[in-house]
Amino acid sequence: MRRYFLKKISIYLLTFWVAVTIDWGIPRLMPGNPLQVFLLKFRAQPDAAKYLQAYFYKAFGFNEPLWKQYLYYWDGIFHWNLGVSMFYYPTPVATVIGQHIFYTMGLLVPAIICAYFVGNRLGAMAARRKVLDNSILPASYLISGTPYQWFAMLLAFFLGALWHLLPESNAFAFGTTPVWTWTFIGNFLEHWILPFLSLFFIMLGGWAIGMRNLIIYELESDYAHWLQMLGSPARLVRRYAYRNAVLPQLTGLALALGTFVAGQIVTEIVFNYQGVGLLFFNAITNSDIFLMQGAFLLVIIGVLVANFVIDIVYVLVDPRTRVSMMGAEG
Amino acid sequence: MSLRVEGLKIYYRTLYGDVKAVDDVSFTVDDGEIMGIAGESGCGKSTLGNGIMRLDGRMRKVGGTVELDGVELPIGDDRAMDRLRYKELSIIPQYAMSALNPTRRIRTITRDLLKTKKVRYSAEIEEFRRRLDLVGLDEKVLRQYPIELSGGMKQRIVMVISTLLNPSLLIADEITSALDVSTQRAVGEMIIEFRDRGYVKSVMVITHDLSILAQISTTILVMYAGKLAEKASADTIINAPLHPYTQLLISSLPEVGVRYEDRVLSGIVGTPPSLLDPPEGCRFHDRCPFAFERCHEEPPFDEVAPGHFVACWLRSKSSVSADAAAAAPVADGGEG
Repeated sequence: MRRYFLKKISIYLLTFWVAVTIDWGIPRLMPGNPLQVFLLKFRAQPDAAKYLQAYFYKAFGFNEPLWKQYLYYWDGIFHWNLGVSMFYYPTPVATVIGQHIFYTMGLLVPAIICAYFVGNRLGAMAARRKVLDNSILPASYLISGTPYQWFAMLLAFFLGALWHLLPESNAFAFGTTPVWTWTFIGNFLEHWILPFLSLFFIMLGGWAIGMRNLIIYELESDYAHWLQMLGSPARLVRRYAYRNAVLPQLTGLALALGTFVAGQIVTEIVFNYQGVGLLFFNAITNSDIFLMQGAFLLVIIGVLVANFVIDIVYVLVDPRTRVSMMGAEG
Repeated sequence: MSLRVEGLKIYYRTLYGDVKAVDDVSFTVDDGEIMGIAGESGCGKSTLGNGIMRLDGRMRKVGGTVELDGVELPIGDDRAMDRLRYKELSIIPQYAMSALNPTRRIRTITRDLLKTKKVRYSAEIEEFRRRLDLVGLDEKVLRQYPIELSGGMKQRIVMVISTLLNPSLLIADEITSALDVSTQRAVGEMIIEFRDRGYVKSVMVITHDLSILAQISTTILVMYAGKLAEKASADTIINAPLHPYTQLLISSLPEVGVRYEDRVLSGIVGTPPSLLDPPEGCRFHDRCPFAFERCHEEPPFDEVAPGHFVACWLRSKSSVSADAAAAAPVADGGEG
C-alpha cells in the first residue's frame, strides 16, 4: 500500500515539474513582445515611453537570463507569488484569479455534478426499458452533438434577448458591486441560471450515453445471468450492474472537476460571465504572459489533484484495484 | 418421480425461421438419479437444461410440459418461475468461474441472493460454513472478493451457493469442461456427495464428455440434433449401446491401454444437420451406416428393455426388419 502511494506521488511530482516547465516556456515562445501591448496602456510620449519600457523590462525580470527567470518562477510558485498581471496592472496574478474563480466554481461545479447524477440515472433507465431507450438515447445524441456555442446562443437569444425571461449577460447586474446581501444573491442567481442550464444540458447527454452502454454491458455479464437464473428480481441485478457501471464514470467526473478551473471559455464569452475562462481569454488576447501562466498553473494543479483523488477513491470503491495493488507489492 | 418432461419443444427464433433445438423431448428423472445428457455441440443439450431453468429472450417454448415433484413448471412465465428458481430447481452454470460479481464479497452476494428468497442469511450461515468446509474451502472466503479466489475455488463456491436451499433438481451445465482431469473427478465426486447428503434430490449433468458421465451418472441420455436418441443406465450406454449414434460416439473415445498405432480411432463421418430445417424422419439417417428405407419416418422413443429407451427403427418393437437388425450387431464396450 505504502509503495503504491509513494510510486503514485513520485509520478505526480514528475508530471507537475514537466507541466510547470511547459507552462513557463510556452508563453515565452509566443510571437510578439508582451511589453508592447502593455505599454499601450500608458499612451506616453515617445521618450517617456522609452524610459517606461526600460523600467518595466527590468521590473518584469526580462533582463535576467532565462534560467534565472525559470528559477524565479519556481520560487514564486512555492510562495504562491505568481507575479503581477500586465493586463490588470498592478494587481498580482493570484489576486486577479482569486476574484474570478468564485464565479467559475459557482457555475461549473453544480453544472458538472447535476449533469453527472441526472445523466447517469437517465442512462441507467434507458438501458432497461425499450421505450426510454428509444427516446432518451436519440435525445442524448442530439444534445451532445449540438455545437455548444450555438446551443448557448440560442438559449441566450430566446430566453434572454427575445422573451426577457432571464438576463443573458454578466454574472450580476451592471452597477452593482458584489456584497453579501439577499438582493445581490438573488440578482446573482438570476444571472446564473442561463449559463448553468446551457452547461448542464450539453454535459447531460454524454453521461447518459456512457451510462447506458456501460449498464447494457454489465447486464450481459455472467454474474447478471446467474442472478437471473436463480430467480433474483430485476432490482438486485440492476443494483449490481449500476454499482459496477458507475466506476468508469467516476474517472470522467474527476477529470471534469479537475479541469473546471480552466473555466468554460466559450460559456463565459457567450454570457460575458466574469470567470477564469474570460480571464484566460483576455490574458491570451493581451499577451499577458504572467496571467496565462497563472491560469495554466491552476489547470495543472486541478487535473493532478483530481487524478490523485480518483486514484484513492478507486482503491476504496473497487476491490479489483486493491488486489492488483497487493500483487504489485507481493 | 422428481422430474417428468413430456413432449417439450424449445425453439430459437431467428431471422431465417425457427431453430428446433429441443424438439418433442420426453423423459423422466427419478429421485436420487444423476442423469447425464450427452451429445455433440449443437445437439440441444444445453438448450434443454437451460430452458427448463430459464428461457432467455431468444428461446420460445412451443409445446410440452415439465413437471417437478408432481407440480407443473410454468416454463413460459418468467415471473412465476422466479418463485421456484433457486428453491425448487437450481443451476451451476457453464460460466461458474465468472458467475460471481467481482466487486462484492462472497458474504454479500450470498446474503443478497438469500434475501430475494426471503431467507435470512443468519439462519443459513452455519450450514453455509459446513458446506464450504465440505468442498474444502476455509470460511475466510466469505470475507473475500471473487477476484481474490482461483477459478476452481469460485466454481466450488457457486456450487455451494446454488444448492444452499436444497433444490429438488440441480442442473449442472458443462461444469467440468474447463478443468483438468483430476479436478474433474473431484467436482464429479462433489456432485455425488451433494446427492448422497440430500442437498439435491436429482441432478441433470450436461456435458459432451462421456468419460465424466461414466464416473458420476446413474443414467445417460444421448441427444442428437434436438431429439433424444437413447436413454439407459450409464453402464448400458457405455458397454452395450443400441442406437447407432451412441455406438459411434462411444467408439470414437480413446481407451486406456490400447495403442492407437495399431488401431485407428474411428470418428463419425459428416456433421450434425442444421436445426433450422432438420431432415425428415430419423435425424441421424444420412450419417448412419445402417440406414434403410424406414428411417425416412420418425422413429418412436421406445422402451426396449426396462429403463432402456431407444429411438431407432432397428431396435423398435413395432417393426423390426430382420435383415437390418442382423446387419447392426450390438456393440460391446467401445469396439469400433
